[in-house]
Amino acid sequence: MSTWRVARLVAGKDLRIEWRSRVMVNQVLPFAALVMVLFAFALDNDSVLTRVAPGLVWLATMFCLLVVVQRLFAVETADGALDALRVAGVHPGGIFLGKALALAAQLAVLELVLLGAAFVLYRAEFAAGGAVLLVTTFSTATTGLAFVGTLYGGLAAGAKGRETLLPLLMLPVVAPVLIGATRATEAALGTGGATPSEGWPWIGLLALFAALFGAGGTLAFGSLIDE
Amino acid sequence: MIAMLNAPYVIGSYVVTFGAIAAYAWRLVVRARRTAREIPAEDRPWT
Amino acid sequence: MTPDPASKRPTSTQFSRGLGAAALVGSAWLLLFGLFLSPNDRVQKTGVRIMYIHVPSAWLAYLAFIVTGLSSAAYLWKRTRSLRWDRLAGASAEVGVLFMGITLVTGSLWGRISWGTFWTWDSRLTTTAFLFVTYIGYLAVRDLGGTHQQRARRSAVLAVLAVLEVPLVHFSVKWWRPLHQQESVAEGELKGLMLFTLFVGLISFTLLYVWLVLHRQRVMEMDDARDDHGLDLALAERRNEALEPR
Repeated sequence: MSTWRVARLVAGKDLRIEWRSRVMVNQVLPFAALVMVLFAFALDNDSVLTRVAPGLVWLATMFCLLVVVQRLFAVETADGALDALRVAGVHPGGIFLGKALALAAQLAVLELVLLGAAFVLYRAEFAAGGAVLLVTTFSTATTGLAFVGTLYGGLAAGAKGRETLLPLLMLPVVAPVLIGATRATEAALGTGGATPSEGWPWIGLLALFAALFGAGGTLAFGSLIDE
Repeated sequence: MIAMLNAPYVIGSYVVTFGAIAAYAWRLVVRARRTAREIPAEDRPWT
Repeated sequence: MTPDPASKRPTSTQFSRGLGAAALVGSAWLLLFGLFLSPNDRVQKTGVRIMYIHVPSAWLAYLAFIVTGLSSAAYLWKRTRSLRWDRLAGASAEVGVLFMGITLVTGSLWGRISWGTFWTWDSRLTTTAFLFVTYIGYLAVRDLGGTHQQRARRSAVLAVLAVLEVPLVHFSVKWWRPLHQQESVAEGELKGLMLFTLFVGLISFTLLYVWLVLHRQRVMEMDDARDDHGLDLALAERRNEALEPR
């Protein structure tokens, strides 16, 4: 069975589980919206909110990422599903890519909702010229986050204390994505007078990040889940 | 000589630095003794 | 379990005792030169004295993490796989966290004197803080439990990833805040006695680092041996239970 086929099957399984249980839709998306509202309470200033809207979108994404990753691996450690996959001789790289794909899909929905919330709640402005940059930013950042989430989720899976360990491990790692995605989104939306041309260098950083963790994850995932 | 208002910061830095290192080293020695008492046969012949 | 009369100093050897003595002498010299014998800087006045411990501790902190990264890689590579590398990685990381904490505190105090603020978002400082948190996470992962091999594998992968992340974080922060006006003041020209004091600092801290890592690693070895010993004891007990005449 080829790695790519394994990936597709694993991704399909995860998305099907999500579709049937609707944990994402019922719990994580409301949580995301709640976070956006809480930011407004804390910052209490409309012009400030509009100015920092891109940053808040990505900050909220990071927090929700933690929750989604926990869930992604909770479905595996219950009933030892991950071990069963391993024992079946499935290529670990395929499992990694499959779970990353499922995570990316869920993140994409999440980010869409958050971006929508930013437009509505923070009155962020949309500049047509930055549309391509915006889409590229979200795709590369999401890919990178999906790879990192799957990798560290796998590392912490089934370990005692993982609920508090995962944030400690992941948040420092995703800092470059937070910085890069926020700056690129600001450039795409024209926040604070930024122009799309200022955003493209950051895409390079995001792409490098995604490539690094994609490669690293595919190689390392096997040894991490081999218990 | 140390004469200026910076003195507390400078002295503080040295105290924190050597204090932390000394405390860590002390903890290490105490821990070594405690663990060594629990493993007779495997006691490494380091001394 | 007969008490070993030699267990007053269970992890010391002649070499490590000599090393410890040298480290103490070096530290004494550093205190002498750093606080008294070296002159004040023209610009920074007494503030420069903090540099004699801040720079060496930063240097050692980075060295410690390089050692962790390399020994983690050595563990992961099949041909050199041995728990020795894992213990070295863990010991070096722990001492590295110590020195990195010292770096951040002394740097902060120096910043207060020289720039007026305890903190600024320049790339070196931010990367250092990031590294500090990352290795605390690394140490937490080492305590997750499981067999020695599981611990070794998990933390080795984490360490190698951390080494790869650092440049990413460094550059993203650098591009984020490209104007560091304050940086220029810091490492001006240190000449003569001041340069000598800096070297004294570097040498004595390196000696301290080696001494600490050596002992930490030996304690780790004893911890691992105790875990194994405990397992053997438990197995022996089970076997004895089975053999008991009923």
